[in-house]
Order: sequence, then structure tokens, then C-alpha cells
Amino acid sequence: MLSMAVFLPLIGSILSGLFPKFLGKKGVVWVPSILCVFSFIISTFLFHDAISGESYEFHILNWIQSSSINISWSLKLDVLSGIMLFIVSLVSSIIHIYSIGYMSHDPGQARFFSYLSLFTFSMLILVSSSNFVQLFLGWEGVGLCSYLLIGFWYKKNEANNAAIKAFIVNRIGDLGLILGICAIYKTFGSLVYSEVFFRAYSFAPVDILILGQPIPVLELIGFMLFIGAMGKSAQLGLHTWLADAMEGPTPVSALIHAATMVTAGVFLVVRCSPIYEYTTYALGFITIIGALTAIFAASIAITQNDIKKIIAYSTCSQLGYMFFACGVSAYSAGIFHLMTHAFFKALLFLGAGSVIHALSEQNIKNMGGLSKHLPFTCIAMWIGCLALAGIPPFAGFFSKDIILEAAWSSHTLLGSISFYLGIVTAFLTAFYSWRIIFLVFHVSTKNNYEGVRESPMTMLVPIGLLSFGAIFSGWLGLDLVDTTKDFWVDSITVIARHDTLQYTHHVPLLIKLLPAIIAVSGIALAWIIYVKFPKLATIFSIKLRLLYVISYNKYWFDEIYEKYICDPIKSLGKFLWEKGDIQIIDKFGPDGISNFCINFASRLRKLQSGYVYHYAFSMFFGLIIFISWHFLVFLGVY
Amino acid sequence: MIEVTLQHYLVLSSLIFTIGLFGIFLNRKNLIIILMSLELILLSANINFVAFSTHFNLILGQVYSMFILTVAAAEVAIGLAILVVFFRSKGSIGVDDASSMKG
Repeated sequence: MLSMAVFLPLIGSILSGLFPKFLGKKGVVWVPSILCVFSFIISTFLFHDAISGESYEFHILNWIQSSSINISWSLKLDVLSGIMLFIVSLVSSIIHIYSIGYMSHDPGQARFFSYLSLFTFSMLILVSSSNFVQLFLGWEGVGLCSYLLIGFWYKKNEANNAAIKAFIVNRIGDLGLILGICAIYKTFGSLVYSEVFFRAYSFAPVDILILGQPIPVLELIGFMLFIGAMGKSAQLGLHTWLADAMEGPTPVSALIHAATMVTAGVFLVVRCSPIYEYTTYALGFITIIGALTAIFAASIAITQNDIKKIIAYSTCSQLGYMFFACGVSAYSAGIFHLMTHAFFKALLFLGAGSVIHALSEQNIKNMGGLSKHLPFTCIAMWIGCLALAGIPPFAGFFSKDIILEAAWSSHTLLGSISFYLGIVTAFLTAFYSWRIIFLVFHVSTKNNYEGVRESPMTMLVPIGLLSFGAIFSGWLGLDLVDTTKDFWVDSITVIARHDTLQYTHHVPLLIKLLPAIIAVSGIALAWIIYVKFPKLATIFSIKLRLLYVISYNKYWFDEIYEKYICDPIKSLGKFLWEKGDIQIIDKFGPDGISNFCINFASRLRKLQSGYVYHYAFSMFFGLIIFISWHFLVFLGVY
Repeated sequence: MIEVTLQHYLVLSSLIFTIGLFGIFLNRKNLIIILMSLELILLSANINFVAFSTHFNLILGQVYSMFILTVAAAEVAIGLAILVVFFRSKGSIGVDDASSMKG
């Protein structure tokens, strides 16, 4: 069962990737999609089993066996991997079906669906692995597929650049992950989850010497793993790839942002909760990075004009929420938000895709009044934005609320800071969400949209399904964060003094309602600025010139990286290339040897005069010299 | 009248050999001279054979000299045939013109 759920997308990927002729034009899109849906159905059963308390490891093959390293291909089912399997396969299936409509005119359909299924498979491997090496495999698989899919339209230069950027930025994070895995192996002598997590607490007081400084080993592991998670989940500093990744087709953006890829980082942190629970600084670091990312990305999103970029920065910001939930030990709240976010973010992206599909335009400044032409998409986007902003009773309200409450009740300095940052972010979130809604769907423009029609059914049905998810998943998922029920069995570890979720019952009513109130006021502000007094937007952008420019230029992160990291590395590379490679290695190496041969040979060829008598002469004299030498030896002179 | 000994023959043959050799080395004019020089070298070898044959009173050397004469005749026939073909293609039989193997 478990291996079927994981491997069906791989089969789909291989089939449509390698045998497109065999499957035919319809087959290459439907076969992977249907296999993915099967995978989802099986995952649902597995999830059900897992909630009922079943947990096991399914051993497939031995992989690496070398002295004390003993790693096998094996899949693990517990509540955490069960819920991840469920979310990933559900959202992936929906996106597969959506892509049938969205990519129907693209000549590279077979390739696209092959990558899409491979992406799903990698993510399923990642969430269901039972050891760190297999997790790393899935991790890299996800990175590879994101590269392939972001650069899917490889004739577009920006797409190629964005793909390379995503890959390289992820490599930086992966380095952290590798170091973390190495540190785990050095400390625990094993890479299997069950062994590592079982003994994690006993290593809490153990120090490791780094450059002569004693550092608590779990803190080190925690930091390293989190750097990996930062790369994948686009946290502050390593977030630059996420917005550029919008160059890919819209279903890919939805997949990256909702189900696969970016949630991997959150999953990793939650999976390693038994390690993180015994750290202080690593958790604090996660909290503060998460909170800063949340507000930072939201503040960028409010001034962007590309509809997909706004949603991308919104993802970045929501991931920040998930991380600071983990940072205050509310792991289950993090996963809860991951789940609701998967629904409404996929919904928003697919809705945006529907708009783009209809208009072939991404700039929201050039849109407006589309609610008449795209009524279904409009309603879906409304639902998505209501969920994103956290308006009750939509999904985002429950998860965002519990995260903020957990941050409030953690009673630490960082927890409080992240609570306030989270509140401000909630305001900004509501503001930019309704900026999209108003500018795209309601404010009328002079543009003529005759002939703009809704997308095909294969696109609308997935949007409809996700709308249900965005409405109900929060309410249905409340069990996830219910501390009275033992929902997570033992897949998440929270030690007693960190149990912030327990304290959320004692949060004052005002704090409970604050996120929703803030969100409503954000919506109101957006309404005032963009609908009531449309001139205000321009006035604000002029009055608050500095803030506007900072936000519009994304805090110049790209430019700073370009100037202080890329350029020096580039000039170092150029130096090594010109001085090291060309002037030393090439000069004395391949070129040197060949030049020597050419010179030597051109001298040697002068001997070949072509005249018979020269040859005869030299033969004769050679003979004489040899014979004379022989005689001299014979006579004993030498 | 001095008696002709083996040494005389050997000196004569080595003289002829040297003349033939230098005929090859120093000749710049035409290829026929090279053929003639080769003949001279073979002839010197023949003289040696015959001289030693009489000196040791063995008929074998003279038999060999007959073979050498035959081989020399065949060689000249082939050499002249090559020369004719060479002349047809190059229009001359100058030694310096036979240098298409120059590197």
C-alpha cells in the first residue's frame, strides 16, 4: 500500500516521459494524472490508518551497507508522514488535472507531465522516508524537478536564469542539510530516524568542539538542518529564488508553493522535533527568522504588480508563520497551517493561472473589472483570499489563529516579538490580498475584455475542489492542534515546558480575535485605497516614497547579492580562468605539450630532404659508426 | 712482373666499391648514374667472391658471383623500367627532381 502510494507517480512519470508515442496525445496527460489520483486515494486510506494509531516501517531494499553505515530503502508511516502524504498527493492530483487544461496548447505536454509526476514522487519519498539519506534523496529530487519545471519554457531566457537561480540558492541550503546529516551521523552513529530520535534527549548536554569552542551538539545539528530548510522553504536570506521561480508555468508555481518543495523545510523541522526540543538557540533562531520572513515578504508583496509575484511573496510570508510556529514548539500548528495553506495557496495560484490563461497578462495594473467575465474564478479568488487573510470561518483563520496564540503564550521574548510581527503581517496579508481582488476583479478599467471567457472544465473543477478545501480544511483540521486528543501519537515530540499549545486555552479573548479584526481592517484599508479613493494609492506611493521604493525593489536583496557575492565570485572565477587556467595549466599542460611536439617535429622534418643520396649517405655513415663502435668494443677499447 | 695476390684483388674491389658509393653520394645529375654506381658496388662484391674462391680453392664463390650477376641484371631491368615511368611523369631524370618525399 505505502509503496504503491509513493511509486505510482514515478510510474506515471516514466511512462509519459519515456514512452509518449506509446501513450498517445491523450495518454501522456491522463495516465500520470490518473496514477496520481490513485496515489491520493491510497494515501487517504493510509492517513486514516495512521490516525487510527497504526505506524510501521516498510523495508524495500538495502541501499548502503558499509561498516557501521546501514541504510535501506524503507518507507515510514506515522501520523506526520500520513498527513503529508495526504496533502501532497491531494494537491498534486488536483494540479495534474488542472494542468491538462492549462497546458493543452503546449507542445511539451509529455515532458511537463513527466516532470510533474516526478516532482510529486520526490516529495512523497521525502515525506515518507525513514532515514536522513533517503530524505536527502527526495530533497534533491525536489530541487532537480523544480529546476526542470521552472525552466520548462527553456527558450525564455528569464526562465533559464530563474531555474538556475533556484537550483543554486537551494544548493546553499543543501550544504547546510548535508553538514547537519553528517553531524547527526557523527553524534548518533546512525541515520535512521527511530534510532536518532530515540536517543536525542541523551545528547542534550553533549558538546562538540568546533575550532576549539564547545558547542552543544544538538544546537549545531538544529542550525544546520534549519539552514537546509531555509533554502528549500525560501526563508529570509535564501528567499530570492522563490519570486523568480514564477517564470515557470502557473501549475508549477502552484505545485511548488502548495504541496511540494517549499513545505519540505517545514516538514524537516517538524520531523526533527525530537532534536529541536532539546535546543534553545536553534529554536530561537527559527522563531526569529520565521517571524522576520513573514513580515518582510508581506511588506514586499504589497507593492508588487505581477499577480504571481504577489502570491509568491505571500507564500514566503506564510512559510514564515509555519516556521515561527515550529520555533515556539507548536509543531502541530505549523503542520496545520501547512495544510490549510496548501489548499488556499494552490487555489490562489490556480485562480491566478485561470486569469492569466484568459488574458495572457500578469500585471494587475492592466486588469480590472474581470468579475463579470470570470465570475467563477472571481469567487474562487475571493475564497482563497478570505482563507489567506484569516477571516473566520475560512481555513486560514483557524491555523493562523492557533499559531499566533501559541506565539503569544510561549512567554518568551522571541515568542512575543514574533506575535507582534505576525499580527502586523496579518494586516499586510489582508491588504495585499484585497489589492489583488479589487484591482483584478472589481475596479473597472477602460480595457476591453470582450471575448475573455472562463477556462475549460479541467481547470475549473480543480479550482472548485480546492475552494472546498480552502473553506473547510481549517474547521476539519482542528483535531490537529487539539491538545486533549492524542492526534499525533508519537510522531511529534514536545517536551512539557515547551508545550505552548497547552497554554493557548488561557489566551484572552482579545488576542484570540485580534488576527481576524486586524485582517478585516486590512481589507478595509485596501477598499479605501483602491476602490473608494483610487487616487490615494498614488498619493501614498509619493508621500511614502522611501518605504515604497524599498518595498518595490524587494529591499535590494538581489542587487546586494549581485554586488557583494556574485560579482566577487565572478571576478575570482574570471581571474582563475584567465591567469590560472589559460596562463598556467593550458600554457604548460595541453598547449605546452602540443607546442613542443610541433616545434620538435618541424625541426625533425628538415632531415627529410627527399633526396635519395642523403638517405643513402646517412645510412652508410650510420652503418660505419655502428660497425666501428662494435669493433672498438670487440677490441676492448671501451 | 709482380705476382697478383689476394690483397690486390681486395684493394681493387674496395676501390670500385668506394667509387660506386661516392657515385651515389655525389651524383647530382641523373638517376642512370645511380644505377651504374649500384652496378659497380655489386661488381666489387663479385670480385671479392671470385678472389676468395680462388684463394681458398672453392668453386662456391664463383657460383655465387653468377647469382649476383643475375640479380644485378634483374635489378637494372627494374630500375630502368622505373626510370622510364619516372621520366614520363616528371619529364626529367635528374636526381634533384626525385624529391617528392621532402618533408
